[in-house]
Amino acid sequence: MNFQLSDDQRAIKRTARDLLASRYRPETVRELADDERGFTDEQWLELAELGWPGVIVPEADGGLGLGAIELVVIQEEIGYALAPTPLLSTVSAALLLVAAGDQEQRSRWLPSLAAGETRGTVAVWDERSGWAPDGSELESVDGRLTGTKVAVADAASAEFVIVAGADARHSLVRSDDPGAEIAPERSLDPTRKFYTVKLSGACADQLRAGDGERITRAYATIVTAVAAENVGVAQRALEMAVAHAKDRKQFGRAIGSYQAVSHRCAQMLLEVEGARSLCYWAGWALDHDPAVAVRAASMAKAYASDAGFRVTAAALQVHGGIGFTWEHDLHFFLKRAKANGHAFGDGRWHRDRVAELSGI
Amino acid sequence: MDLTLSPSEQAFRDELRAWLEANHPGALPREEQGSFEFRRAWQRRLHDAGWAGISWPERYGGRGASLIEQAIFNEEIVRARTPQLANVLGLAMGGPTVIAHGTEEQRQRYLPPILSADEIWCQGFSEPESGSDLASLKTRATRSGDGWVITGQKVWTTYAQHAKWCMLLARTNPDAPRHQGLSYFLMDMEQEGVQVRPLRQITGEAEFNELFLEQARVPESNIIGGEGNGWAVAITTLMHERATLAFGLQVSVQIALQELVEHAERSPGSNGRAAAADPLVRQRLAQLMIEAEVLRLNAYRGLSATMQGGVPGPEGSLAKWHWSEVNQALTELAMDISGVRALAIEGDGVGDNNWTYRFLRARANSIEGGTTEILKNIVAERVLGLPRMR
Ligand SMILES: Cc1cc2nc3c(=O)[nH]c(=O)nc-3n(C[C@H](O)[C@H](O)[C@H](O)COP(=O)(O)OP(=O)(O)OC[C@H]3O[C@@H](n4cnc5c(N)ncnc54)[C@H](O)[C@@H]3O)c2cc1C
Repeated sequence: MNFQLSDDQRAIKRTARDLLASRYRPETVRELADDERGFTDEQWLELAELGWPGVIVPEADGGLGLGAIELVVIQEEIGYALAPTPLLSTVSAALLLVAAGDQEQRSRWLPSLAAGETRGTVAVWDERSGWAPDGSELESVDGRLTGTKVAVADAASAEFVIVAGADARHSLVRSDDPGAEIAPERSLDPTRKFYTVKLSGACADQLRAGDGERITRAYATIVTAVAAENVGVAQRALEMAVAHAKDRKQFGRAIGSYQAVSHRCAQMLLEVEGARSLCYWAGWALDHDPAVAVRAASMAKAYASDAGFRVTAAALQVHGGIGFTWEHDLHFFLKRAKANGHAFGDGRWHRDRVAELSGI
Repeated sequence: MDLTLSPSEQAFRDELRAWLEANHPGALPREEQGSFEFRRAWQRRLHDAGWAGISWPERYGGRGASLIEQAIFNEEIVRARTPQLANVLGLAMGGPTVIAHGTEEQRQRYLPPILSADEIWCQGFSEPESGSDLASLKTRATRSGDGWVITGQKVWTTYAQHAKWCMLLARTNPDAPRHQGLSYFLMDMEQEGVQVRPLRQITGEAEFNELFLEQARVPESNIIGGEGNGWAVAITTLMHERATLAFGLQVSVQIALQELVEHAERSPGSNGRAAAADPLVRQRLAQLMIEAEVLRLNAYRGLSATMQGGVPGPEGSLAKWHWSEVNQALTELAMDISGVRALAIEGDGVGDNNWTYRFLRARANSIEGGTTEILKNIVAERVLGLPRMR
């Protein structure tokens, strides 16, 4: 029994922390938030050189063949830096391809995804389905898809979209397909670009090999990665709040000496550490304990969804008026945390899953 | 990272499990004194088989077990639903404190009877005027001949009625700065100067007591850690209280949660369906399952960190605070599920087969062993490095 990251995992974490801190300084994040595309080729290539797009893609498919825990570690640092990057979208597309693509589809796409030469994304939510991530009713006629998908991250910069259809069938649609129209949305979280993807008889290459269980596990990995990002986001917000509470003086003393402030910070720590424990556990279970992995992932996502928002909101409160300004960075963290909280099933949906998987 | 038990850890667990299964003493008798003697006998049986104080050094009757084995032990003993050991305070706090700060003579003298439950321990820290602000305590120890004479009052002293020894914190130097004027004594409870008066609790039971000390005598050899060092020694006791109990507590929450799910499945909710079918109840149950998992994982994470770093850190405060919230939320949900049935206390109203009792007992969780507010202060100041509150 050992709950510490291995030396290799720690090395990945340290590299990620240092690199992301130098490449995504607050000014850079701010510029990218205003930028239409949201990242530069240089930035992408650098992450690709580290192998991150293929971190969890098997070596046989051109990836690094590492585990979910390594993905968790990287995602935590992406969140900590609040790096605007299409990495998660590409990793998610890769996970679904690994889970459900047949040999031909895998060899067509995975090596170039893993190398960072191609980017993909995942389109889950129908315009009119509820917030459940598994409720698509997309129409499919003779291999052509019609319907509208919303909140598709990084679609404009991706070569293809993995589209979720009815009965957990997934298909690959190329972004330049004449039947696919990609229109930017105004994102709650400006550090991640979201799009509406309108399909009108778009040519769809259905992923032919996946069974329900493999797809469920792919989603469990994705939600764990999203949850891990929120751990990093919340950790950074906590650190900002604590620094501010030590620094800011009112009534002649640091506001951190008031319990209404310090106890709020202690509560933030409790929630950050809880979310971190759950994410590491879920990552580990996805690699080593499949029997509990899906339930663990839902636990992590439920907890990190709520904690991400609560911690960033608490940090804002600790900052007072300055925290409410556009000029301060905190709002980017709050928005990322909230957006992540809603993506791939919110806290309520995942709690319901936990209940179901626990036989209640 | 590896969250599975190693083969040797697993072998240890299996051996313990088998032993507990074969030696489970059965249900606790209801009546107070009888139930305590039952628990004493149960601890003795464990001790005879070498299962008491396993992490203590072998020369004091332990088996030098690793931290992880101690953690497994704390989990398994709760999982087996055996009665609580009679000498919990001696095992969890007194022994570790004597091991850390006692002289070799004191270790030889006091440790073995803690394990065998021949001598029960209690903790005399809190006073009527000094609860959270423990260092303000007034109980006075003055030198007399080759020992000390102690006068004052303690309160909330759990198991004082059964105890042979009291971990007593008293002021030996009223002129020193308040943290430096304290000393840590082992006081013999069996003497005229010590009067124990039971305090009835919210549940109707009397686990804890008032302690009146009038010229109680303690020999010089019964100071732990030396005169004037009582505060540091007391902190060790409190750290152990918070750290070592975490494993047992998280398992007891897991067990309570299973029982709560059964309760929800058996109890009627609205529309003629079981309470468990109510979406709000489901949400709260799932949230509790998640929180219980956090308690378990944090305990393991803390253990891994301690195995690398040595001593338990202030993170134990976080665990104890979180546990109290989860356990209170759990029993509150149980009451909500009971609905109007919660108004009646079933049976004799004592013990873990009764949700109303558990709900009432859980009220103490955020007070005993340090209130939640104090634990938050500790986390804010010692973990986050925020300025001291005034
Ligand atoms: C079931 C049970 C068993 C116990 N067993 C023992 C035992 O065996 N031995 C022993 O010595 N003691 C024991 N105690 C006592 C326990 O340690 C004290 O009750 C506890 O430390 C709180 O002290 P108090 O009750 O005097 O409350 P107070 O310290 O008066 O606190 C009252 C309220 O004020 C808050 N408060 C106090 N100071 C601050 C502050 N600085 N900032 C913010 N809020 C503050 C507290 O959090 C609390 O909400 C037991 C208590 C219980 C409930």
